[in-house]
Amino acid sequence: MAKAKLTPAQQKYQAKAKKAEPKPDYFRNAISAFFSGGLVCLLGQALIDFYSQIMKVPPKEAANPATATMILIGALLTGFGVFDNLAKYAGAGLAVPVTGFANSVVSSALEFREEGLVYGVCAKMFTLAGAVITFGVITAFVFGLIHAIFH
Amino acid sequence: MSKKTGKQTYQFGNPPKIISTGTVAGPFEGQGPLREDFDEILTDPRNNEKSFEKAERSMLTKACQLALDHASYSTGEVDLFLAGDLLNQIISANFTAATLGIPFLGLYGACSTAALGLSLGAMLLDGGFAETVLTATSSHNSTAERQYRYPTEYGGQRRPYQQWTVTGAGAALLGYHGEGPKITGVTLGKVVDLGSKDPLNMGAAMAPAAADTILQHFQDTGWDPKAFDLIVTGDLGKVGLDLCRQELAENGLELGDNFNDCGLLIYDLNKQDVHAGGSGCAASALVLYGHLYKRFQRKELSRLLLVGTGALHSTTSFQQGENIPCIAHAVRIEA
Repeated sequence: MAKAKLTPAQQKYQAKAKKAEPKPDYFRNAISAFFSGGLVCLLGQALIDFYSQIMKVPPKEAANPATATMILIGALLTGFGVFDNLAKYAGAGLAVPVTGFANSVVSSALEFREEGLVYGVCAKMFTLAGAVITFGVITAFVFGLIHAIFH
Repeated sequence: MSKKTGKQTYQFGNPPKIISTGTVAGPFEGQGPLREDFDEILTDPRNNEKSFEKAERSMLTKACQLALDHASYSTGEVDLFLAGDLLNQIISANFTAATLGIPFLGLYGACSTAALGLSLGAMLLDGGFAETVLTATSSHNSTAERQYRYPTEYGGQRRPYQQWTVTGAGAALLGYHGEGPKITGVTLGKVVDLGSKDPLNMGAAMAPAAADTILQHFQDTGWDPKAFDLIVTGDLGKVGLDLCRQELAENGLELGDNFNDCGLLIYDLNKQDVHAGGSGCAASALVLYGHLYKRFQRKELSRLLLVGTGALHSTTSFQQGENIPCIAHAVRIEA
């Protein structure tokens, strides 16, 4: 982002505006994110145990179907219009786990369905998640490279 | 004789009247404190249409139709249609104009469109360029949010200073036949940029523009602000109204209880979870053409200054790190 220089009058007003800005309740938000995030992880762990012990998936690989199930839950909650209402209270507790990723993809896909399947749903579903995927792939590549060199 | 007084104000020798109005509010707005004053309230934000864009357009057309019906006018009797909205290329207004078939001037003033339409309409009428003018504007929470911000189902937390885009449409028929409050003067605003960049904090961005136009109106006319029953800004919200009040006070203009904001009037901030208040073209349109117009009819108001406020940025300009240019137009309405 380009940073244009502010004139003295602009700086003066921005200082006032900053002061007038109501602050979110960081403490309450952190507490609710901590517990809701914990709940999401608890559910994830329960799913891993379910897949490894009841479905007899090898314990090392049980995280994969568990993650897929969490994505499905996040997607369904978004589709039923529940996710955004939960996220209002849970905040990062829902956004940081894979449920947040599912929500960003599905909400975009839903939003643009009137623009058609190709140019709408398929093209626009990654408008929010695209950056996450790009960074994820690049990071994985870099660490993969480091791993390959030093092992 | 020039109709211009001072630097930016125009006083009308032959003040046009607001003959009738039409309002259509969204379901959420219909739960607010002003619900009794709207002509129609939607039960479904999609209004049985295929898309939210089509729903917005249907509200705008309906509001125009209601304004015409209330005064028993047909579209053929209206000289000009002045309208605008928030969507790219003011598409809601364009399609509504196609339906109505009245010669059309498209307006873009973002959320100041209601005040801009009233100002231009009154000037065209007083100048003798038209006998009857229809002006209208609309906004829809779901169309605006997705164009300017995030998908509606996206689970992000809203900031406490963020405002809620009002779903609704309002129209006013201006002319000389019939009864109604008069538009006696307007002050056209300059674009003010005091360095705000955060598109989520529109109130703070627009407050200096509102203050600039209010100061200019009183400077140009020499009127006393106490002579107004109400001085109401368009959609500054809680944060913006406080900042505007502060800016005015620093310039020697202390406004009292008769200073308020349409974005605060339209919702019950304690019961409706809209954070700093309402925003969007429909905020001032619904409040003025619904609530305040009815108060004029009930003779509860005799003099009003509407200061429509608009943030004139685009999604591209803010992504490229530009400031948010803002504007405000003031319209003086008297019984």
